[in-house]
Amino acid sequence: MAFAMPNLTPALPEIFVLTMASVVLMADLFSGKNRFVAYMLTQITLLGAAWLTVSTSGGEIVHTFSGMFVDDVMSDVLKLMTYIAVSAMLVYSRSYLQLRDLFRGEFFALVLFAMLGMMVMISANHFITLYMGLEILSLCLYSLVALQRDSAQATEAAMKYFVLGALASGLLLYGMSMIYGATGHLELDKVATAIQQGDGNRTILTFGLVFLVAGLAFKLGVVPFHMWIPDVYQGAPTAVTMFIGSAPKIAAFAFVVRLLSEGLPTLVHDWQGMLIILALLSMAIGNITAIAQTNLKRMLAYSTISHMGFLLLGVLSGNNGGYGASMFYVLVYVMMSLGAFGMIMLLSRQGFEAEKLEDFKGLNQRSPWHAFVMLLLMFSMAGVPPTVGFYAKLSVLNAALSAGFVWLAVAAVLFSVIGAFYYLRIIKLMYFDAPQDDSRIQAQPDMNLLLSMNGLGVLALGILPQPLMALCVYSIQHSL
Amino acid sequence: MNFETLIFYFLASIMLFAGLRVITVRHPIHAALYLVLAFFTAAGLWLMLEAEFLAITLVLVYIGAVMVLFLFVVMMLDLDLQRLRQGFWQSLPLAALVGGLMILEMVLVLGRKSFIPDFASMEPHHAADYSNTKELGRLLYTDYVYPFELAAVVLLIAIVAAIAITLRRRKNTKHQDPAEQVKVRRADRVRMVSMPSQKQSEE
Repeated sequence: MAFAMPNLTPALPEIFVLTMASVVLMADLFSGKNRFVAYMLTQITLLGAAWLTVSTSGGEIVHTFSGMFVDDVMSDVLKLMTYIAVSAMLVYSRSYLQLRDLFRGEFFALVLFAMLGMMVMISANHFITLYMGLEILSLCLYSLVALQRDSAQATEAAMKYFVLGALASGLLLYGMSMIYGATGHLELDKVATAIQQGDGNRTILTFGLVFLVAGLAFKLGVVPFHMWIPDVYQGAPTAVTMFIGSAPKIAAFAFVVRLLSEGLPTLVHDWQGMLIILALLSMAIGNITAIAQTNLKRMLAYSTISHMGFLLLGVLSGNNGGYGASMFYVLVYVMMSLGAFGMIMLLSRQGFEAEKLEDFKGLNQRSPWHAFVMLLLMFSMAGVPPTVGFYAKLSVLNAALSAGFVWLAVAAVLFSVIGAFYYLRIIKLMYFDAPQDDSRIQAQPDMNLLLSMNGLGVLALGILPQPLMALCVYSIQHSL
Repeated sequence: MNFETLIFYFLASIMLFAGLRVITVRHPIHAALYLVLAFFTAAGLWLMLEAEFLAITLVLVYIGAVMVLFLFVVMMLDLDLQRLRQGFWQSLPLAALVGGLMILEMVLVLGRKSFIPDFASMEPHHAADYSNTKELGRLLYTDYVYPFELAAVVLLIAIVAAIAITLRRRKNTKHQDPAEQVKVRRADRVRMVSMPSQKQSEE
């Protein structure tokens, strides 16, 4: 019956974020009409969490809470990137939210809670913790999508998201219970050792794995489990779409890597095959369907699907180099996605959503600098050198090649060439078409600065990708 | 086949039947009632697994609270069954094809090898004085304290989200403000007007 108090130090960032989320809720209640207090508190929370994460990171793998929680280099790096992504999202969406009456305390509290869910997922070492983190994140996202209650589109998107998300959670739990039944363990490293020692019925394990991968695929939004992505991206307020399209992808990457490579590394030949199909279908359907879209948010949704396919290319190679490449890819993707949705919000005004492709016509004449930033972002998404998107694609392709999947790499290149069409179409609209609306582009200075940094960062990282890549490889090597 | 196996198959067959009826029965109320039956038999199965506390919780919480609430909701909703069924026959061929394929795959995977785990290696029964509830409580507050706290966060989020989505203040509603009511002073409500007393009319 002896119970040792768990070591709370590694979990300090989580505890801090949870406390501050509650503080934001309370502070907003008493700060009257001034929502700026909640906004500033949220940004301070992110800063504090970053400080705590850095100061508690020791560089080695620390387990606590009876092995449910793990603090390693990968979790620290991914958490820091999550804070940056969330902070950037808040800066980008401030004036957008203010104009749409969504600049409310609950928005910030829910964002912080969602981030807590991501942190729990990133640091999970146990099936239950993984699942709890996922549920915390998903619940916040469902309600954020539905926050604009007068918009029928948003409500419908939230409903679809909720129903499909619940189904995916069910699949995941079913798969987890199968694996628990076969191995008798829920802790990821114990599951891995049990399977390695030949414990557990192989049939049950594979059966559970199928459900697990299906659930993961739902959450990542890869074909054929992608139906919710376009509707949710289009229906949700752009600020929320930006949130869904950025930081949670980092957590999803951690989820996949923890589950497959940490928990089930001996089943690599089983999940490799499944991931190949998912990756190939996502790159094909994502890129081809995106061409037919006229709504930019919907187009970016299909582009997400194809990017997630590319992400899987690195994971399915099943070695540390591949995971490192995928980690690099997801960080780069989050950066590009933040910039692209930031541009949509920049062009949006009161009562007007710049979500149609035509809204970008002649942007060069209206504001050459913003058009240039968008050009960089689109080049990067398409994978044109010297932007970082090229290097990210190259590294996951390398990982697939080194694992011996030459045909898969060739197919991936072909689909990314198809994908380049719709990214370049936006550039054509911006530079060679006449603008349809001549209203001046107004933006807060901080948003302008961040947008410029985002666009230039894509270029700078493309020229000097080595530091970030080295960081990714280092953190994977010292964590898995 | 011993007595225990017999009970297991008895409960399991009722559960499967109830589960099937939940999705095939026409009326939503009946479907909900069949779901109650399925939960109840599941609780029986859990009892057989020596998970007494969970079995009782399933009956009390799920059947007693959640399903009753669910029944209320179904009764209050004006369900248009005709509209819900629209498009059923159009999507049936595709759904049947996908479902059939999945069943075929599962049969192929499971048919070849034994799916039944080795029962001999299962843990033996516990002694009669073993308290399932106590063990569960001990685990929940020691080893599983982290997910337990996270579950609390999920509940908090549910409250925040529900209020954020549903609460709205209409500008022109008439509502009471108790604080204002309490703070009121006599001077706010009663105005003393000094009126010259009227002279009695002369007769």
